[in-house]
Amino acid sequence: MTKASTPASDQTTSKTGQASEHAERLTNLESSYSGTISREEGLALFRDMTLGRRFEDKCAEMYYRGKMFGFVHLYNGQEAVSSGVIGAMKLKHDWFCSTYRDHVHALSAGVPAREVMSELFGKETGCSKGRGGSMHLFSKEHHLLGGYAFIGEGIPVALGAAFTSRYKKDALGDINSDAVTAAFFGDGTCNNGQFFECLNMAQLWKLPIIFVVENNKWAIGMAHDRATSDPEIWRKAKAFGMKGEEVDGMDVLAVRAATERALKRARAGEGPTLLECLTYRFRGHSLADPDELRSEKEKEFWANRDPLLSLERHLNEKGLVSSDELRSIEKEIDSEVLDAVEFALAAEEPSPSDLTKYIWAD
Amino acid sequence: MEGTLLFNALREAIDEEMAKDPHVCVIGEDVGQYGGSYKVTKDLYEKYGELRVLDTPIAENSFTGMAVGAAMTGLRPIVEGMNMGFLLLAFNQISNNMGMLRYTSGGNFKIPAVVRGPGGVGRQLGAEHSQRLEAYFHAVPGIKIVACSTPTNAKGLMKAAIRDDNPVLFFEHVLLYNLSEKLPEDDYICALDQADLVKEGKDITILTYSRMRHHCLKAVQQLQEQDIDAELIDLISLKPFDMETIARSIRKTHRVIIVEECMKTGGIGAELIALITEQCFDDLDSRPVRLSSQDIPTPYNGKLENLTIIQPHQIVEMANQIVNEGK
Repeated sequence: MTKASTPASDQTTSKTGQASEHAERLTNLESSYSGTISREEGLALFRDMTLGRRFEDKCAEMYYRGKMFGFVHLYNGQEAVSSGVIGAMKLKHDWFCSTYRDHVHALSAGVPAREVMSELFGKETGCSKGRGGSMHLFSKEHHLLGGYAFIGEGIPVALGAAFTSRYKKDALGDINSDAVTAAFFGDGTCNNGQFFECLNMAQLWKLPIIFVVENNKWAIGMAHDRATSDPEIWRKAKAFGMKGEEVDGMDVLAVRAATERALKRARAGEGPTLLECLTYRFRGHSLADPDELRSEKEKEFWANRDPLLSLERHLNEKGLVSSDELRSIEKEIDSEVLDAVEFALAAEEPSPSDLTKYIWAD
Repeated sequence: MEGTLLFNALREAIDEEMAKDPHVCVIGEDVGQYGGSYKVTKDLYEKYGELRVLDTPIAENSFTGMAVGAAMTGLRPIVEGMNMGFLLLAFNQISNNMGMLRYTSGGNFKIPAVVRGPGGVGRQLGAEHSQRLEAYFHAVPGIKIVACSTPTNAKGLMKAAIRDDNPVLFFEHVLLYNLSEKLPEDDYICALDQADLVKEGKDITILTYSRMRHHCLKAVQQLQEQDIDAELIDLISLKPFDMETIARSIRKTHRVIIVEECMKTGGIGAELIALITEQCFDDLDSRPVRLSSQDIPTPYNGKLENLTIIQPHQIVEMANQIVNEGK
């Protein structure tokens, strides 16, 4: 069943009054590229997004060369979300909670590429000491609450971190406790009970949390509009009296601006925001996914909206940076990623004698 | 001094630990204004406020996960399962997150959380409210499991569980909340990993936990009258088992019966008997035996319910049989 055959109702119409496809919704959103950005901010975003992209490309290469195993879910195409959200937040202060598609969130949060790559190679130098793997990246130092491999299970954990922020402020009297938690998850998760349960509690207790939906339109092979009664996820916030916002998830400045609005509310004690970022993954669900269901036309539409190209175009148009500068950043990033691979290859595996280490806290 | 009821012993433990450490908080359904469905958190809401004694919506999966996130970021939450059976809905958060997360995170995070509440077969509560989840959770790595059985050990174990930096599943029994006992006056704790040698004996070892401790005590008295001197051990710690205490007893008596309220298949006794067979085989003079609940949903009808769980006379009969088999 296509959306076109679905009767339009108030619940499923977009701003234009028509039931709309994912792509149509995107084109209806205003671009934020008219906003201002400094040269430094632009370079930082470009650097972070490029690191995300190049790191994931290298992962694919390493996976196919047999250097990493298991389920590996790459983030290509969605970089504007990670860089836009996390880039607006305070590193090592705010908290981040991710899913199985967590490499790039970890990088944006400041976990060194060496530690992430080491983890993917199963090495002791990995951020989870080689015990977690691709879907279980953790870093207490960088306030990464983890990659959670099952759908929805990270949302309550993120809610708990947000609860701690409020608890420290209102029960322990720490007036400086203003950490906000960003919970990342996908469109498929928004049909799961934990999503609704946590939206309810977050709004009920005015917890400082941003629910970041990375709506990439596909839950493995289940198209979003085949799985949900109202494809416009941001509207579901309204049922809880919560602020909901939809944003062009291919536009890093739009994502960043929306995050800044949500952060302001959260830090002011006004509670959570549901932020739906319309985005797309350029690769299959995982490296094991033959990706046979998505049409070439659809892929082409989104490829034309590559968030890295859009940012570059904007930075050029504004005369903030030259393409040469960006190419040289890409070279630096490539070296950093290569260094991460070499570091990870050379690193030690966990010692067999440490097999049961980390089960218990002392 | 008057005796303290078991639910009040638990309440005292939580109150004292909350007074001592402001990071200790309670999360669950009706724990606050209502005081807990078995009054284990009575008046704590008034004393500590709505954040430290947090009344949650009925969303076990999510508030249990929230406790995980709170524990990861510095709090020491106590989650109440209004009935432990409800926590089947939170199985994923208890297993994947509470139990496994410290390991999968390579030691990045610790989860100092207690999950507590009433379980066991009560009086005609029906199948869903009569569950013994200790067996279901037993295979989950990274969680400690204890079962209290007296007001004294309830208080001491609860305090130890709250202070422990690991997740602890704390089983209370719905029929033991009104047991009364005079408690020690000092600030004592009970070790989470030590069995309780309830009564020394030389002829046969009886291993049990939770409410069955009291059935076993009755049985042990009757056995005494029949000149069978049974040793009774309350396991207390269901994970890990205190194999040292267990093995020491079996070396003495050479016979063992396990009495449990969980179902026989995949139960606590199943694991325990396997360990005893592996570790104490040469010390045994007779087959180790389990007395467990029937492998059925607990029936509502009172007579059928009684037939579902082990009764004291069955323990006496089995002990006689085992002791005489060995002669």
